[in-house]
Amino acid sequence: MMRAGMAAILSHWRRHPVQLAMLLAGLMLATALWTGVQAINAEARASYARAAAVLGQDRLERFVAEGAARFDQAAHVALRRAGWPVSPVLEGRIRAGGLRLTVLGVDPLTAPPQSGLAGLAAQGGFLRFITPPGEVLAHPVTAARLTEAALPGGPAIRAAEGVPEGTLIADIGIAQAMLDAPGQVSRLLIAAEVPAGLPDWREIAPGLVREAPEGAGDLARLTDSFHLNLTAFGLLAFAVGLFIVHAAVGLAFEERRGTFRTLRALGLPGGRLAALLAGELLLFAVVAGGAGVVLGWLIAAALLPDVAATLSGLYGAAVPGSVALRAEWVAAGLAIAVAGTLAAGAQALWRIARLPVLAPARPRAWAMAAAGGLRAQAAAAGALAVAAGALAVRGDGVVAGFALIGCLLLAAALALPVALHLALRAAAARVRGVLAEWFVADTRQQVPGLSLSLMALMLALAANVGVATMVASFRATFTGWLDQRLAAELYVTARSPDEGARLASFLAARAEAVLPIVSAEAVLDDAPGQVFGMADHATFRDAWPLIAAAPDVWDRVAAGTGVLVNEQLWRRAGLRLGDPLPLPGGALPVAGVYSDYGNPAGQAILGLADFDRRFPGLPHQAFAVRTADPAGVAEAVTAAFDLPPDRVLDQAAVKRFSLAVFERTFAVTGALNLLTLGVAAVALLASMVTLGAMRLPQLAPVWAAGLTRGRLAALEMARTLMLAALTAVLALPVGLALAWVLLAVVNVQAFGWRLPLHLFPGDWAVLFAAALAAAALAAALPVRRIARLAPADLLRVFAHER
Amino acid sequence: MNARAAAAVLLAAMALAGPAAAQGAGGGGFAGLGSAAEGFALPDPAWRPDFPADHGPHPGFRIEWWYLTAALEGPDGRAYGAQWTLFRTALAPGEGAGWSSPQVWLAHAAVTTETAHFAAERLARGGIGQAGVTADPFAAWIDDWAMQGLPGGADALDRIALRARGEGFAFELAAEATGPVVLHGSGGYSVKGPGGQASHYYSQPFYRVTGTLTLPEGPVAVTGTGWLDREWSSQPLDADQAGWDWLALHFDDGSRLMAAQVRGAAPYRFGTLIGADSAARPLDGDAVRLTPLAGARVAGRDVPVRWRVAVPDAGIDVTAEAVNPQAWMDLGVSYWEGPVRVTGTHPGRGYLEMTGYSP
Repeated sequence: MMRAGMAAILSHWRRHPVQLAMLLAGLMLATALWTGVQAINAEARASYARAAAVLGQDRLERFVAEGAARFDQAAHVALRRAGWPVSPVLEGRIRAGGLRLTVLGVDPLTAPPQSGLAGLAAQGGFLRFITPPGEVLAHPVTAARLTEAALPGGPAIRAAEGVPEGTLIADIGIAQAMLDAPGQVSRLLIAAEVPAGLPDWREIAPGLVREAPEGAGDLARLTDSFHLNLTAFGLLAFAVGLFIVHAAVGLAFEERRGTFRTLRALGLPGGRLAALLAGELLLFAVVAGGAGVVLGWLIAAALLPDVAATLSGLYGAAVPGSVALRAEWVAAGLAIAVAGTLAAGAQALWRIARLPVLAPARPRAWAMAAAGGLRAQAAAAGALAVAAGALAVRGDGVVAGFALIGCLLLAAALALPVALHLALRAAAARVRGVLAEWFVADTRQQVPGLSLSLMALMLALAANVGVATMVASFRATFTGWLDQRLAAELYVTARSPDEGARLASFLAARAEAVLPIVSAEAVLDDAPGQVFGMADHATFRDAWPLIAAAPDVWDRVAAGTGVLVNEQLWRRAGLRLGDPLPLPGGALPVAGVYSDYGNPAGQAILGLADFDRRFPGLPHQAFAVRTADPAGVAEAVTAAFDLPPDRVLDQAAVKRFSLAVFERTFAVTGALNLLTLGVAAVALLASMVTLGAMRLPQLAPVWAAGLTRGRLAALEMARTLMLAALTAVLALPVGLALAWVLLAVVNVQAFGWRLPLHLFPGDWAVLFAAALAAAALAAALPVRRIARLAPADLLRVFAHER
Repeated sequence: MNARAAAAVLLAAMALAGPAAAQGAGGGGFAGLGSAAEGFALPDPAWRPDFPADHGPHPGFRIEWWYLTAALEGPDGRAYGAQWTLFRTALAPGEGAGWSSPQVWLAHAAVTTETAHFAAERLARGGIGQAGVTADPFAAWIDDWAMQGLPGGADALDRIALRARGEGFAFELAAEATGPVVLHGSGGYSVKGPGGQASHYYSQPFYRVTGTLTLPEGPVAVTGTGWLDREWSSQPLDADQAGWDWLALHFDDGSRLMAAQVRGAAPYRFGTLIGADSAARPLDGDAVRLTPLAGARVAGRDVPVRWRVAVPDAGIDVTAEAVNPQAWMDLGVSYWEGPVRVTGTHPGRGYLEMTGYSP
């Protein structure tokens, strides 16, 4: 009986291959997008973990300087001589060969034994490793990309497996030279076993603090919100995909009511039937989920290079460009496919299990929502809207931001059928003429059947509007900010302190102003950040993008009695003007806040003299040059110093580079957006195709009344386009609300900057057209079928009383 | 010779290749001590010591050590041994500033009891102050281990304090010399093999040592005699010399004997007999005889732990037997080193070192 039952149930799909294809495609797409995002995240996290685990740093306590990124290695020697088993590490970042690289300076002799570093150094000569110009170890991929690049200090590069990508491991002395940090270290790793009875470290190295091991490392913390962003996108895509599954499963169940009745009448218990159907769903989930996982892998592989570029450009995080198959996301992808399918089919299964044996198997359009259902939906939408409002006012953190987005989108989706219903009721009251009245009435009857896929379409459109508006707003703000920020005509960087000094005097004779750019790594508000020194010059006074400032801000910064902070530091630390900001060498009151879209880390700007006092010995090597003849000066500098092109950049080149980074950053967002819209189109197609078959009884009388099949088909297309247009119109305000949440809540939480909302009606028009095109495409197949209906089929409707 | 040198190169070996490679005796001598020495200074027969300057490092030479062993006794008469050693290895001749210094430092410390043996090692780079040696005032240190000159002696090495600790042990010892520094070989030029390899080598064999050993059971007050070796060279071993056996014996009559052999194709023997009046007589060839009498299974290898040591023309014929046969230095480079009891014509005590015994 079970076997016969299963065969009967499955035979439905043989007769409706398109429906089966829809179901499987929907599930596969949903799983694929979700899995792809998870695979990217997993790859990135794995690479952070690898970077954090170098030297066993993820397991070892460390000494760090209180309030400063680096400190004198004398503390290391003092602690060693007191018996403390510490090993110095100097960490810093350089740019070379177009890459942002992390330089890790280590002392192989004291490095903790579990570090595995001895093995690294063992592959070559120790002498070569420690004596200038030294040798750096790099992952083979990184090494290959650096073959043409000149590293500061000119160390040789040796490929070594086991070094994370984007990281250079050097002897600490070599690293000090590469990073221009003579005698400096970033931290002292404490061996796992500390002998008892050592003298108190506080007395030996005052100014240091002892910290717990950092499991994930700075990178994981910095990039957390970025990955949450991706996850949210994956979840949205998955939710849209589930609409397809829900639609297809519901339809298939309704269409098989007759079969179910027959099976029940033949003696198959309701529970067994439900179990059979659950088994069928499980089979689909595994098959489609498996295909989705594979597709997700491909998507991840296609997107990862862009994501890696973003992570590298934004955070300096190096993520390899290939995706390894990892059990964690394969299993998660399959699990979510199964869970999603069962969730989407739960309602139908529940009804089957409780179906009275001889319940009338009258085919009714599935999920035909009654007025009561609409009221419940409206109430749920209202409740979710209230929750969204509460989150907008009271919420805190990136997670709350995404919860807000979730509530907002779900509320809008639930409200959509209600809104369509109201709009059509209003239309029904106005239209005149038999055909028009039938058209509106027939559309009203269709809406419940299409509402789920219309919801999916609306979600996709709203996400599109929201994200596109956010990106475009960001781009507009960013471009304007670049114009302000890059006020100098030329940017020149010397290769050595000595060359810097010669460069300064060379430029001084040829340019209107030569403004040194100096910076040092420091701990700001308990997180790694950067401190800059800024010359007092009209260039900055006139153009620097301040968003809050004391009246005499520039005088105070120049005099060393005030500090400028960037917006992200200002927001994160909850600073107000006048609040003291702890800095290496003593706190300073905040005199002004500037917008900064370069990176999410905190920054502070000091007057140049004050900076040099606090960070003595940092050479001036980079200069912003004001000149009326940038091309001439650039030529003269290049000729006189033989500087490579990437060290003499004019304003336009820097802007071009910055914008390129920006565009790459959002390339992933754009791709995911497009894919989501594609999923929505498939959802719509699925609904249309399946509904089309059941439309016959409704179309037959109209045909009999004299409307040609071509006319009917045209009306069908018009209806689809009208519904899509209505949905798109309703999606617009939702999308704008989403954009606002992204700009004013999520961005602030994730990156620390708040951006103004710009409106781009041109983009909306394009998207509107895209929505109609997607709907037209989805409707094309069912409409064509109507146009080609055999008159005999239409006549048969009157003969059969199904 | 106490080639304790072993260890010297080891550091490089340890950090760079791991103990297995360091021990790979084939062709390179023990711990790579048989390899070439381009660019390094070579021992010069015409050299004459210049103290206290020569108590300090000689960075032009490849390896050098400050090597103190003390044969000790507890209040209950039990025998103990303590070792404090600092090796300097130059990866390239000369000094460099800060971390770029090619000088690398390695230290071994050990305490031996009749039933247990504790050993530890430390590694450090030159140039930053974590380890080093100064001649006057004398100080040799690495991390919290130190051999520190104390004021009040005629020579900078006359009074020294020693400190070291490791897992399961620690010691603080004071050593006071009752006689002068003694030069080995010909005026401190000590030949090590038939090929003419040599080192600069002198000792302070007249230390009276007092202090405290800290053991897992608690502190033990000890007294005894100590022997400091100072040696530096650039290529002490022939490529086919796999290891050596070295003894420094303190006889109860106040005289001292250093006797050693380098085990090559034929053993190369040498030694110094030091009278109670500190007069030194170099011994070579057949003047000194070393005969293993009994072995013990130590760390998976057979090691002779009882030796007959004879200098026939001086009427010396003694047996040196390990206080603890299991005095194995299980470190980056491993070897045997521990105190011995001396019986025979000249009873006393001393220290035995044996390297290059493969499992």
